[in-house]
Amino acid sequence: MRYKRVTLIAGHYGSGKTNIAVNMALDLAKQKDNVAIADLDIINPYYRTLDSRAELEAAGVRLIVSPFANSNLDIPALPQEMYAVVDDLSLNCIIDVGGDDTGAVALGRLAPKLREEDDYDMYLIVNRFRPLTRTAKEVAEVRYEIEAACGLKFTGVINDSNLGADTTAETVLSSVQFGKDCAEATGLPLVATTVESSLMEELAGKVPDLFPMKLQKRPIDL
Amino acid sequence: MAKVTFRTDECKGCGLCIDACPKGILKLSEETINKKGHHPAECADPDACVGCASCALMCPDCIITVEREVERMAEKVLMKGNEAIAEAAIMAGCRHYFGYPITPQTEIAAYMAKRMPKIGGTFLQAESEIAAINMVYGVSSAGKRVMTSSSSPGISLKGEGISYLAGTDLPAVIVNAQRGGPGLGGIQPSQSDYFQATRGGGHGDYHIIVLAPSSVQEMAELTIKAFELADEYLMPAMVLADGTTGQMMEPVSFDFEIKEPPAKPWATTGTKCQRPHNIANSLYLDPEKLECINNVRFARYEVIKDNEQRAEEYLTEDADIVVAAFGISARIAKNAVDAARAKGIKAGLIRPITLWPFPDKAFKKAAEHAKRFISVELSMGQMIEDVRLATECKVPVELCYRVGGMIPSPQQVLEAIEKAAKEVK
Repeated sequence: MRYKRVTLIAGHYGSGKTNIAVNMALDLAKQKDNVAIADLDIINPYYRTLDSRAELEAAGVRLIVSPFANSNLDIPALPQEMYAVVDDLSLNCIIDVGGDDTGAVALGRLAPKLREEDDYDMYLIVNRFRPLTRTAKEVAEVRYEIEAACGLKFTGVINDSNLGADTTAETVLSSVQFGKDCAEATGLPLVATTVESSLMEELAGKVPDLFPMKLQKRPIDL
Repeated sequence: MAKVTFRTDECKGCGLCIDACPKGILKLSEETINKKGHHPAECADPDACVGCASCALMCPDCIITVEREVERMAEKVLMKGNEAIAEAAIMAGCRHYFGYPITPQTEIAAYMAKRMPKIGGTFLQAESEIAAINMVYGVSSAGKRVMTSSSSPGISLKGEGISYLAGTDLPAVIVNAQRGGPGLGGIQPSQSDYFQATRGGGHGDYHIIVLAPSSVQEMAELTIKAFELADEYLMPAMVLADGTTGQMMEPVSFDFEIKEPPAKPWATTGTKCQRPHNIANSLYLDPEKLECINNVRFARYEVIKDNEQRAEEYLTEDADIVVAAFGISARIAKNAVDAARAKGIKAGLIRPITLWPFPDKAFKKAAEHAKRFISVELSMGQMIEDVRLATECKVPVELCYRVGGMIPSPQQVLEAIEKAAKEVK
């Protein structure tokens, strides 16, 4: 994957943004120095980039997170360090945006400088197995809602269609057309299709622009 | 597909619906004259109806019903537990949801806010939990399926209304995605509302049916079951989830049978001068009558205890160590039981699915051969008391727990099983 200075990950609630952001930050750290991941999620107090802290820090990725993330304080707090994203132009940054238009509101403060610098990609994450975005038409609606809320335009679509633990190569293959439909309905290029690393071998050559991902271990498993 | 129907006999032919219809398909019947002597409104082209319900909203006499068909999700979808509850409620025919946001259950309200307007239902964010539960009381009295949801502190607020529902013998579904307490506590998962749920939760002598899902699939299935049981036994039913089961994402299939709701002749739908008044009430002026009503209600509870106990029994037939756990704790405990079996320990799991009625029978059976019970809970030990009661204290019961929003690791449960196995040898 090729990255501009800032990569914004946005999309429908529960489409897989945090997972992609963490995996992209790890991928970016292999390509460049001075990499950071900024958690601007003001929607979901559960399941944050902070859950992957050990892995990110081991890879040398700087975490920009609210001091209240993963605490019991249930407020939509943003990290004070978030301005580093637009003030420190040497920083290579992945931004994890909260779900839907409500989550994208948090970007508004950064939008003017990001537009001025014009060195960013903003990706629309789509999963055809999520209940409220199962058609390209619904995805296109979410796209406009998010763009209107944050004042930035998407530059590409990432197909993250998966069924959690039930995901097989078939699941991914059955979503290829959906990815294309979303790209067509939004007029945006399809940048990547995500796939769990273990399925990479099976799908290589069958689906273009695969982006391998490592999933988080669940605390309920031994 | 949408369908519009009129209670023709009550129409006064005012024609306001005709003006409101954006498709221009309503008219006053030329041939028919109703009981009141008016030409009633009717739909000239039913296939053209888009189900916008403008006519029903405009009708000053509320005689128009607009029904929209809800598409059933044909294939598996990836959902949060909270979303699965909301979608399942819609499938069960629930078209009224009243709630107030609180982590970790807010996805239920958010989902309902998006879906209800599209299917002709009502989503309302009330000014408080107390207002929400009383709106539930109103809709339930009118004979419609209705749901509310909250998390621990909000459920305490709803306690009064739940008691009123129970005292009026009204069906309703209440979801509690438990978080840490007491007080404001925290937003992380907990199971410390077990006592509150299984003992009723509000004032007075009563119970509610309590169902405990342990997967996203079960969040959907038990929500539908809760509607069915509530209607069958005329009492509130609670889906007792927690922060983890509410927030976790898993594939879920909605491919299951849904029974039609039973007739509700007791509903306060207006007498139309055809029958005596139906009254929804929990106040009794005559103490003897109140005693009698309570006795009748508790006789019904005995029937429920006989008929509705549900539990998953996993490797319990020959188990020396039986782990008792519900909801998310049971997922963890099952992994630990498997690991213990791999080490040659005869461990098993009883997972209560109904917490009220508590599955006594499964525990009594296991107590015949088990040497030790371990209750795994996200509380300081609440269900453990029911395990002791069910087994009549014949076998020692130990507690394995985490609180404060923490969940035990499978390793912690495994260690508890190993320790118990050593002691009973």
